Amino acid sequence: MFAFSIKRISQALFVMLIISFIGFSIRQQIGDPVRDLVGIRVSVEEREILRDKLGLNDPFAVQYIRFLGNALKGDLGHSFFFKKPTLEVILSKAPATLELVFVSSLLIIFMSIPLGIFAAIRPRHWFSRFSMGASIVGVSIPVFLTAILLIYIFSVELQWLPSYGRGETVNIGGWQSGLLTWDGLQHLILPSIALSSIMLPLFIRLIRSEMMEVLQSEYIKFAWAKGLRRRRIWFIHAFKNTLLPVITVGGVQLGILIAYTILTETVFQWQGMGFMFLEAVERSDTSLLVAYMVVVGALFVVVNTIVDLIYGLVNPMVRVTGRK
Amino acid sequence: MSHLLEVKNLEVRFALRFGDLTAIDGVSFTLDKGERLGLVGESGAGKSVTGFAIINLISKPGYISRGHILFDGENLAELPGEKMRDIRGNRISMIFQDPMMTLNPVLTIGTQMCETLMAHRNISRKQAEAVALEKLRKVYISSPEQRLSQYPHEFSGGMRQRIVIAIALLTDPALIIADEPTTALDVTIQAEIMDLLLELCASEDMGLILITHDLGVVSRVTEKIAVMYAGKIVESGPTENIITDPLHPYTKGLIRALPDPERRGQGERLQQIPGTMPTLTALPRGCSFHPRCEIKGGICEKEIPESRAVKGQKREVACHMAENPSPPPVYEREGA
Repeated sequence: MFAFSIKRISQALFVMLIISFIGFSIRQQIGDPVRDLVGIRVSVEEREILRDKLGLNDPFAVQYIRFLGNALKGDLGHSFFFKKPTLEVILSKAPATLELVFVSSLLIIFMSIPLGIFAAIRPRHWFSRFSMGASIVGVSIPVFLTAILLIYIFSVELQWLPSYGRGETVNIGGWQSGLLTWDGLQHLILPSIALSSIMLPLFIRLIRSEMMEVLQSEYIKFAWAKGLRRRRIWFIHAFKNTLLPVITVGGVQLGILIAYTILTETVFQWQGMGFMFLEAVERSDTSLLVAYMVVVGALFVVVNTIVDLIYGLVNPMVRVTGRK
Repeated sequence: MSHLLEVKNLEVRFALRFGDLTAIDGVSFTLDKGERLGLVGESGAGKSVTGFAIINLISKPGYISRGHILFDGENLAELPGEKMRDIRGNRISMIFQDPMMTLNPVLTIGTQMCETLMAHRNISRKQAEAVALEKLRKVYISSPEQRLSQYPHEFSGGMRQRIVIAIALLTDPALIIADEPTTALDVTIQAEIMDLLLELCASEDMGLILITHDLGVVSRVTEKIAVMYAGKIVESGPTENIITDPLHPYTKGLIRALPDPERRGQGERLQQIPGTMPTLTALPRGCSFHPRCEIKGGICEKEIPESRAVKGQKREVACHMAENPSPPPVYEREGA
């Protein structure tokens, strides 16, 4: 297990290196930081001096190494709009996004597993057919449309739930949490449903099809022939084998959820990283955009590494090297 | 006198879109305590379906449409779900064809053994492990204590089949149904596993139904044979009689297709039965075997032969022409 972890982590670092390179190259191509800094009234000569001073005339490689060095120290550049280090800006927005993704993931996991299993073991039941049909609809409606529909039904018409913002938050050591107040939780409901609306149907269908395949296998037939109770066959024998492919695919999908937060947060005016990202695009705050890319890339890599480690726990074949 | 197992007029159908398909058509046989029966036939003859029908585990859309399966006085064909579950893997165990696929890859051997016992007996995991160890020793698995915490992929094919056999033995069943238990194994391992099975059946006084297409294996292991063709038993009786003096032309063909050790090395080609077995959707009229038969007469294309007893022997054959003054065995066909 230890060797396996080391391998995965070094792979993750390599991926981060590539992400930083792409991010940096993009910044080199878009916009002029000097103009962003001083505006258009400063003369061309003065700009040239400033450019030299900032090292913007150095060769690409030199600049990239400098960027990497700064990044390792936690300096991903300065946001010209917020007048603050970009990392600081992003970290102040991160709790909102992470809480949203967290609640959505829980929603997805705890809804898709029972629904997927049910649809697999009772494929002809009306409820399975209904959830399969509904999941097609769910996948095909874009997130922002789902979000607007939810707002229309539950906020405008029924007036049960708030339509925008995070509501009341509690500060825990710099982490603004909405999970601990009733108001904050109410504000979380609609955005997290909207965010999970694409992935939940995908997961239900994935679990269903994988499990149906597993149920056809010889070892399940053998389990029946051993006279085991059906609960044990379904939930231990079949489900554990279903989990392997679901974890592989699912890990990546949960990472993609972070990308979908851009849409969800915009519709719900949710003050998170996604919302910040769109604002940064409008203001061409390139440093902030690059920092966002690197941070989200890092999140992605971390999620995937954790998923791989979990996979190693479920699948005995992966563990062989680390046997005690 | 009552048999351990009495299958009578068993009919299994598969409900398909265009109507029912009869996979097993009026199969009957009996098995006494400790007796060993070989079910022989080509792929698709209905051997495995018969095996699964006995433990009432035919996969959908198959179902038992007619007949009795009397086991210890109970009709398994009509037993309610929970009672049937307690017979499966307890009184009747099954051994599958491919040991690579039979064991669950993500559960340890110990779990897969203990759960079987715990599903049928009211015992703790500790007690179950003790029984599991005892059975692993019986199938000659070395250092069984360590094996319990290992996963299937850490074993070879032959060892896995030993473990499957150990699982089948856990509850001291009265009957084991072995569905081609050696087909997926190496030839050298095949003999080992077969000998082990034979030894265990004898020492534990267990009945055995051996499903196979290998007449050679059957002749070594079983006391009785039932030859199946297109869902019917065409010939059945004591192994010795059937091997030395087959009556049904299909059985004759099967035996001729075996390599004969006495004629080995003479460069002689093995004889095969011409043609293939008909699919169940397109069974020929009359005797299903007549298109491939060498001794067929006019009646064979019109009437389905009933199974009838053979004079002076404890066996039955379903053929119009067999035992009739048929042409003397001219097995040297043209070109042979």
